[in-house]
Amino acid sequence: MKRILTSTLLISALAVSACTNPDRFGADGMGGANAGAGVNAGVVPGSANDPTSTAYFQQAVGDRVLFLVDQSTLTDEGRATLDGQVAWLQANSDYQAVIEGHADEQGTREYNIALGGRRANAVREYMISRGIAASRLKTISYGKERPIEICSAEACYAKNRRAVTVLAGGALTS
Amino acid sequence: MLTRLLGLLALGAATVFAAAPDTARAEPLRIVIDDPTIEPLPFAVPSFQPESGEAGQLAVDIARVVSDDLTGTGLFREIPASAYISTVSDFNAPVEYADWKAINAQALITGAVNVTGNSVNVKFRVYDVFSGEELLDASGQGGLQFSGTVDGWRRMAHKVADAVYSRITGEGGYFDSRVVFVSETGPKDNRQKRLAVMDYDGANLKYLTESGSIVLAPRFSPSGDRVLYTSYESGFPRIYVLDIGTVQRRALQSAEGSMAFAPRFSPSGQTVVYSLSQGGNTDIYSMDINSGQSVRLTNTPAIETAPSFSPDGSQIVFESDRSGSPQLYVMPATGGEATRISFGEGRYGTPVWSPRGDLVAFTKQNKGRFHIGVMRLDGSEERLLTASFLDEGPTWAPNGRVIMFARETQGAGGSSSLYSVDISGRNLKPVRTPEGGSDPSWSPLQD
Repeated sequence: MKRILTSTLLISALAVSACTNPDRFGADGMGGANAGAGVNAGVVPGSANDPTSTAYFQQAVGDRVLFLVDQSTLTDEGRATLDGQVAWLQANSDYQAVIEGHADEQGTREYNIALGGRRANAVREYMISRGIAASRLKTISYGKERPIEICSAEACYAKNRRAVTVLAGGALTS
Repeated sequence: MLTRLLGLLALGAATVFAAAPDTARAEPLRIVIDDPTIEPLPFAVPSFQPESGEAGQLAVDIARVVSDDLTGTGLFREIPASAYISTVSDFNAPVEYADWKAINAQALITGAVNVTGNSVNVKFRVYDVFSGEELLDASGQGGLQFSGTVDGWRRMAHKVADAVYSRITGEGGYFDSRVVFVSETGPKDNRQKRLAVMDYDGANLKYLTESGSIVLAPRFSPSGDRVLYTSYESGFPRIYVLDIGTVQRRALQSAEGSMAFAPRFSPSGQTVVYSLSQGGNTDIYSMDINSGQSVRLTNTPAIETAPSFSPDGSQIVFESDRSGSPQLYVMPATGGEATRISFGEGRYGTPVWSPRGDLVAFTKQNKGRFHIGVMRLDGSEERLLTASFLDEGPTWAPNGRVIMFARETQGAGGSSSLYSVDISGRNLKPVRTPEGGSDPSWSPLQD
């Protein structure tokens, strides 16, 4: 039986897009050190205290916006978060972003992929309207395939109905 | 008389022919599947006769699989061998009908197995015990034989069971078929998925992909040799076609920056309908699988997905939220005006056209519950077959009488597994898989 030989490549590719992968923080740390030459002494480059780091983007700016059931309309809170993301992307112009759209488990697999696509696109269109170049922003939907919360209750569903802006340093993308 | 009536009795009658007095029996042995109050028909299937030295174990095993197939439909009930009065010691000896009648076996299945090297030959006959006659097929054929390899012995058992099922129900069989599905392990927030193919009853399972990337919704080709599915292996959802025999796969063409998913073959196997999501909008396209050329079939700002061809290839049923919530629509296979067919309460998705052409199976979401249901193509006679926290993704058995689907259980420890149910709503039961399962697709009957 023939085996599928590309699986390790696939795992690597997924790891690169995963925001919690330690290798990415390592790579970004170097990028942050270069880009952040003017940062005050005492800030660890690449840490959440370094405003040019992806960790800062995730934690201080906020890398995700949430949606109401079956909706892809941005909330006021979501727009405020995205304004912060836009400002960060304008200040860190060597970064690109993949916006990941997600849905909760209520709904069919196919519909939820399409719905996640709508959500990711709503974020992308908003960022473009605020001045980010379209060429820096890609979208993908995972539908209901990648929940972060696993209970079957609204408290979890609310966190799963999300669009997450995942940064990719300019050096990492061709 | 039996053979004449076999062809005449169609769906709709609602009688189970119970055991009748010896001479007064006027009706043939027959189960009408649509009958909602059906009692399983008692049958006996003694171990088949080994006609060569090496055939002993297979003669026992094949009879077991025949019995499991028939019993698994919920339409038949096996009488245990411990109740037998007669034994069958010669495939060609006259049947002692009185002995089988005495234990209320309405049908008797006998068979013989011959093994030569790696070749197996299986013969069988079916008897209508209460009329004292051999039960023939619609063309008047009685005993049949099937040949194959020792490794493929289960398929010969399934073929025998299909023939018995057809003679007694008047319907096509579905046992000699396979299911491709997504095999799942791990918790909800770290679910590992890989494609697997197995016999309809869970035997002979084989994995088709590794679990390194998300795979979704495999769909058999009309000839059962290829599978379309969606994979994230490139980083973005794309459609792949995989040859089951060689496990070679290739990506179908898709535009940069788009997501392609929900593919399904046309009845000719030459065309693929699928969803393409671009700029947040999802529409249905059709692609010539050889040239890779796509044609857009829907053009609205709504989500259009889950397309499925009619058996004659002329129409497509699909899901759209153009009305404000997901509903089912039918349009010509070349695109054009779509007609809404679902009007009940709730949200409808994943429509699949029955291989008989008479019904659409679907997923329905209503009041926090999910259902698998069927309706006619004009939306009438909607019937919900299941209800649970999350039932989804129906697929039809080759004879259009049974539906398989996935059921996900509730909560943090939730997992997904495969179930099947009759279109009457009877005989809901789990399908045996070694891990969790989702997105089943039932093959046509094998050659």
